[in-house]
Amino acid sequence: MSRFHEYQVIGRHSPTEKEPTPRLYRMRIFAPNEVVAKSRFWYFLKKAHKVKKASGEIVSVNEIFEKKPLTPNNYGIWIRYDSRSGTHNMYKEYRELTRNDAVFACYQDMAARHRARFRSIHILKVEIIKDEDVRRPYIKQLLDKDLKFPLPHRVVRPSSKKYVQTFVAARPNTFV
Amino acid sequence: MVFKKFVEVGRVVLITYGEDAGKLAVVVDIVDHNRVLIDGPTTGVTRQSISFKRLSLTPLVVKIPALIGSKALSAVVAEEDIVGKFGQTAWAKKIQIRKTRAELSDFNRFQLMVAKKERRAIVGKEFAKLRTAYLKSGK
Repeated sequence: MSRFHEYQVIGRHSPTEKEPTPRLYRMRIFAPNEVVAKSRFWYFLKKAHKVKKASGEIVSVNEIFEKKPLTPNNYGIWIRYDSRSGTHNMYKEYRELTRNDAVFACYQDMAARHRARFRSIHILKVEIIKDEDVRRPYIKQLLDKDLKFPLPHRVVRPSSKKYVQTFVAARPNTFV
Repeated sequence: MVFKKFVEVGRVVLITYGEDAGKLAVVVDIVDHNRVLIDGPTTGVTRQSISFKRLSLTPLVVKIPALIGSKALSAVVAEEDIVGKFGQTAWAKKIQIRKTRAELSDFNRFQLMVAKKERRAIVGKEFAKLRTAYLKSGK
């Protein structure tokens, strides 16, 4: 969990005689570390403006931390990703505790369902969605006020490696 | 199959895996299909999200609102004496027996052996009486 960190990267074109105070551009990047964050910043900035790493400078990189990491939220993530035969937009929802967790879940999900790698995915927007505006049924079903459900098929995990048995005397009981 | 133990806000759970294994906690909120937010301020469990795979649901439930604060939760748990109530269940007693057995010293094991021997002798004597009675009579 939290393989990703959210960084605020601010950069600009290097000052020239024509433009002594160039515009600052700020991006919020999800990356495993600052190095990758800065690299992705230039990747995106090059697509939007006439500036590249060689002709620009990073002004600051700050990590953005989750304000309330212990409250579950519904995160809606807008993605643009490259598949094998084209590029598509997507909207996905996740119920997680932090923005980083939601983005991590998204990348894992995209890898599993669409074989999309980190390099093929652009995270466009990550927003907290209010309960009423959730679109996906698999998230909606968790938003019941008095939600309760049983665990129908319990596989009890041994508390340490020491207690794992190759052969057992009796068949396991999976009822709670 | 009637289910009696549900994942719900207020369900008391026993953590079965990880560094908090063996401790009780209360479900404070449900995150998604596989995880809940638990908190055990009186039992030394920090508020965290944990997978169902690491939990066992107990038959105890506490009536609390979702996302209750740690202080309020510890007050409710103390008032309802959840730890005590769980300690009286057969489940907790079995855990205690297992623990006692694992912590026996050699001398304790010797005492245990002697006690078992004595019990076996008493039961054996009575059994022998019943056996001779049966063999003499019904045959």
